[in-house]
Amino acid sequence: MNTLRRAARWMRWYTREFTDESAYERYVAHLRNHDPHAAVPSRREFERKRTDAREADPTEGFRCC
Amino acid sequence: MRTVRPRSVIIWTAVALVGAVGWAMLALARGEEVSAVWMVAAALGSYAIGYRFYSRFIAKKVLKVDKNRATPAERLNNGVDFHPTDRRVLVGHHFAAIAGAGPLVGPVLAAQMGYLPGTIWIVAGVILAGAVQDMVTLFFSMRRDGKSLGQMAREEIGPVGGAAALVAVLAIMIILLAVLALVVVEALAESPWGTFSIGMTIPIALFMGFYLRVLRPGRVTEVSLIGIALLLLALVAGRWVAESSWADTFTLSPGTLVIWILVYSVIASVLPVWMLLAPRDYLSTFMKVGTIGLLAIGVLVTLPTLKMEGITDFASVGDGPVFAGSLFPFVFITIACGALSGFHALISSGTTPKMVQKETQIRMIGYGSMLMESFVAIMAMVAACIIDPGLYFSMNAPAGVIGDNVQAASEAVANFGYTISPEELAAAAKAVEESSLLSRTGGAPTLAIGVSEIFSQVFGGAGMKAFWYHFAIMFEALFILTALDAGTRVGRFMLQDMLGNVIKPFRRVSWLPGIWICSAAIVAVWGYFLWVGVHEPLGGINQLFPLFGIANQLLAAVALAVCTTLLIKSGRLKWAWVTGIPLAWDTVVTLTASWQKVFSGDPAVGFFQQRADYQAAIERGEVLAPAKSMDDMHTVVTNSTVTGTLAALFAVLVILVLADCTRVCIKAIRNPAGTTLHEAPYEQSKLVAPAGLIATKEEKEELAAVGTGSPEGSEKRGESG
Repeated sequence: MNTLRRAARWMRWYTREFTDESAYERYVAHLRNHDPHAAVPSRREFERKRTDAREADPTEGFRCC
Repeated sequence: MRTVRPRSVIIWTAVALVGAVGWAMLALARGEEVSAVWMVAAALGSYAIGYRFYSRFIAKKVLKVDKNRATPAERLNNGVDFHPTDRRVLVGHHFAAIAGAGPLVGPVLAAQMGYLPGTIWIVAGVILAGAVQDMVTLFFSMRRDGKSLGQMAREEIGPVGGAAALVAVLAIMIILLAVLALVVVEALAESPWGTFSIGMTIPIALFMGFYLRVLRPGRVTEVSLIGIALLLLALVAGRWVAESSWADTFTLSPGTLVIWILVYSVIASVLPVWMLLAPRDYLSTFMKVGTIGLLAIGVLVTLPTLKMEGITDFASVGDGPVFAGSLFPFVFITIACGALSGFHALISSGTTPKMVQKETQIRMIGYGSMLMESFVAIMAMVAACIIDPGLYFSMNAPAGVIGDNVQAASEAVANFGYTISPEELAAAAKAVEESSLLSRTGGAPTLAIGVSEIFSQVFGGAGMKAFWYHFAIMFEALFILTALDAGTRVGRFMLQDMLGNVIKPFRRVSWLPGIWICSAAIVAVWGYFLWVGVHEPLGGINQLFPLFGIANQLLAAVALAVCTTLLIKSGRLKWAWVTGIPLAWDTVVTLTASWQKVFSGDPAVGFFQQRADYQAAIERGEVLAPAKSMDDMHTVVTNSTVTGTLAALFAVLVILVLADCTRVCIKAIRNPAGTTLHEAPYEQSKLVAPAGLIATKEEKEELAAVGTGSPEGSEKRGESG
């Protein structure tokens, strides 16, 4: 049972990392790591900025044939 | 000094034996059907040996990866694009980025020469060339803070080589987009089921985009699951549509489809990324990983037998209907992505190197991902070779060769030396609910037939064949359409940059007229080749695919040349052969192919001979088969002039890059002290992370020492350092 729960937790972690769903938490943790009182953007702002960055440079995140 | 453990000797001897037995069974079984399990065994055994020994040698001896040297992800960590990413996650990212339609299409076409030549090159090529290129490019880009291939070429070689590399990338991108679009057109033409379900992916993606932007930002997993459910619904609904009175609306001729695809590509590439491109990326990545995983399971569970011969007569004579030319060099050109792909150098430099946690991990990420891609190519080869060869050739020969009805096709295939009755051809089309399977060139439909064969044996039986066929078509079309959008954006970006030197406003990426003009220009150029391909009397895939292969392999030559130059410049002359030999081989193959495409006296191979023959016939007032009218004759003349010129241009560009590299290399060899490297300075790494998939005993101890020993502990560690 324990192994099963661990496997499920690992799968969840992997999926979130693989899809980059964890990007926001990672960024907040990164900011807080440098300055515990840093102003952090809301998730909405952060995700907007992230997709819009691809607009500016389409070679970022380009996929292959 | 490591001691050799007897256990490890036994294990690796066993692995080598599995591979050797696989190869022996494939090579020696003449005149009888061989199980695909031997192909899988040969491939996996060889990969294991290549990974364990050759990639380790490259990492330790040649590149001298240093686990104490901080990677750009650690040094420049900004929590967004630079951040140390778990190696198992990054391998997934990297694989999803490099694997696409290429490794699925190439092997299917190469199957015309039998399964053996293609399989040997897919496996040998990846171990000695393809995976090496990916890993070494990744290494050098990582040492340069994730610089792109073009930037590295400019900095380390010079402005001429750099500029030639840039133009080559743009030209190659154009051909790539045209050929990919052609594959989609060939797969969707006259197929209401396929056209409807692919059409539905647009509203589904728009909904997903809205969901992520407005409703629940960043919830990628849940929106992807919703998207996939809707996608499967669209797939099922496709059958209802095909059987309903709407069928005619979605039954489009190739010409009409071209127009739709061009209009779609211009609009999609101008819309904001969040609306269409980002959600489509999620969908196609999920579909890609899922389908490839299912296919691997399907092949291993059903263990089908290969019906194609090991080596067909087309291999030696070189007059095959799918693509013209002899085994050398055209098998290597056709396989392209599954063994060695120049495009991977664009991914291995740029995005991935900014996320590597530890230098030692590039072996798993660069070399390992490419081995996985090669395995995808092997599965495509299996899928193409388990279907009846008669059906294979009816599907892949151009209409000009086999005619437009099952009777004529059956006779034409008999001339190739294979038998399939008209009834069997009609039944095969009916089984997947398509009106016809004749001349469905481009690889995707053939792959879909193979996939439906395998999947229906595991899930759902013969009744599900049609569903799985359209599932496979959708899966390919989905990521090709995403590639058209993304590729057009990249092309536009380059064009904006170039025009910006002359007309300032073009530089501003947000200047709308600039965006529209450049997007339309890029689409117009690849759209021209797509149009040409669809209306080519000699068969678009037959004419354009070799050009795509040449372009891709020439890009690989550029990447390998940059790698070799960097090896020499960084004082690794002794090891320059590691990329030097693949470079020499690749150059010989591609320049021979370009030479033949330009100068060959055989009109089926040489574009200019073709042009001359058709021109002469026009002057005599004759119509040469397979052209049907004088208009067709003129089309052939124009097309072969354009494609021939392009083949020559590619070769010239690459010779320029190679010459510039040679100059830099000679200079570096003569005066090693005088070279300047643009490597980022050394910084001590503070991160602790395992190199391979599974942490070794020593690595576990190191992890435990810094308090991140448990496997789940490592997931939170990316940030802290």
